[in-house]
Amino acid sequence: MTAPTTTTELRRTALNATHRRMGAKMVNFGGWDMPVEYPSGLIQEHLAVRTGVGVFDVSHMGDIRISGPQALAAVQHISMNDAARLAIGQAHYSALLYPQGTFVDDVVVHRLGESVYLLVINAGTREKDFSWVRDNVGGFECKAEDVGDLYTQLAIQGPRAIDVLKKLTDVELAGIKNYWFTHGTVCGLKNILIARTGYTGEDGFEIYVPSDAATSEMVWNKVLEAGAKFGIKPCGLGARNTLRLESKMALYGHEISESVTVLEAGLERYCKFEKGDFIGRAALDQQKAAGVKRTLVGLEMQERGIARDGYKVLDRASSEIGYVTSGSYAPFLKKNIALAYVPPEHAEIGSMLGVEIRGQAAKAQVVPTPFYKRPKKAA
Amino acid sequence: MAYPNDRKYTKEHEWIKVSGDTGTVGITDYAQHALGDVVFVELPKVGAKLAANQSLGTVESVKAVSEIYSPVTGEVMEVNGALANAPETINQDPHGTAWLIKIKLSNPAELGGLMEAAAYQAYVAEKEKEATA
Repeated sequence: MTAPTTTTELRRTALNATHRRMGAKMVNFGGWDMPVEYPSGLIQEHLAVRTGVGVFDVSHMGDIRISGPQALAAVQHISMNDAARLAIGQAHYSALLYPQGTFVDDVVVHRLGESVYLLVINAGTREKDFSWVRDNVGGFECKAEDVGDLYTQLAIQGPRAIDVLKKLTDVELAGIKNYWFTHGTVCGLKNILIARTGYTGEDGFEIYVPSDAATSEMVWNKVLEAGAKFGIKPCGLGARNTLRLESKMALYGHEISESVTVLEAGLERYCKFEKGDFIGRAALDQQKAAGVKRTLVGLEMQERGIARDGYKVLDRASSEIGYVTSGSYAPFLKKNIALAYVPPEHAEIGSMLGVEIRGQAAKAQVVPTPFYKRPKKAA
Repeated sequence: MAYPNDRKYTKEHEWIKVSGDTGTVGITDYAQHALGDVVFVELPKVGAKLAANQSLGTVESVKAVSEIYSPVTGEVMEVNGALANAPETINQDPHGTAWLIKIKLSNPAELGGLMEAAAYQAYVAEKEKEATA
């Protein structure tokens, strides 16, 4: 991975040249020059993941390794989920919070060893997260390292992901449960982290391989080759966004941010008050008692128009009551959907609200979320 | 991509093909490609009066909203209603069946300020070079 030489220069993953060679449209995402879509287009990529398999370069994601005798206590202090429940080889969704109960970032915490944890964090918040973590684990006997540049992270996602990865590894993949991981040989590379995780709402795996360009490209090409008979598509951040939106997975800077709390975001199931104290807990306790003033809901447009991030949400009298955090045409559902913050009294399923689109109110109904849930596999 | 010679082009990537006093307006292949998969189109009402460079509507892809500007001043005579249910034709045939509106020109002299196909082609080639630099 190339380090930036100036602050204005975009960072590139080890696969940057590969994406460009494949004709990807590139965009600046959180300071990274990333593929937003490949020539087949966002919709085809999205559908490939829902019905077959797709592969994403997500090496822009950051990684923080926390190790040492008090690593668990440190992780418990800085994150809201209960890391004491993690077995070695297990991961969970969690978040780093400010004392106000708002988000530094959301993270996936992996327990790598007896006293070793790996936090996978967002690209746009890498520096902020790492310095925040370093500052807040200071009182514990542990070491926090920014190891993001060591890995090329590939996400192989979709119902056929397991069939593709099976061809490239000797690991018995069916034995890895959702949100568990193991280490094994992938494409001849030893000791590769293979996690059954993802950000698409589908079954799938994320693999972490050495970040030198030659290795990264070799693995990327082998994945595409192994996936050819399943119609694998390289997928960009565009499809990653629509896939996560259909599955109602939060995106930092949209549903969650420095000004939104865990309770407002509807993520309290990942917040374990019973585990003891952690940063942000006191504020959340208070808010829990007082009640939230806004809550995240799913909207489905009932009239023509696509609700976009930042658009106003209106009540029936056309008064502004909230705002859209993410909105798009949903390629698999073939509907226009959105996530929005509204006061709890407007959050009931079935409520008819409006979204202001270019000065006009378009009807939108509060619907159950996630918008999309993957079909349960026949046992 | 060879841009047809029978029409003129704007810097905002619209085209206009004039026949008599009426111009057919659409977006260029470059524009549809830059947008990606088009999923929504909003067009003006027949009878609407537009000034040159005034927004005539929007074309939205999955990830972006793009305003479309009228290349000329005039009155909207017809809109392509078929696009409401088949917005993806903008990706498939932007220079043909996926035209957006027909407009009656009130000042044909405005056409003089637009680009010919060759000039537009050079213009987008430059843009593409910038994008891949």
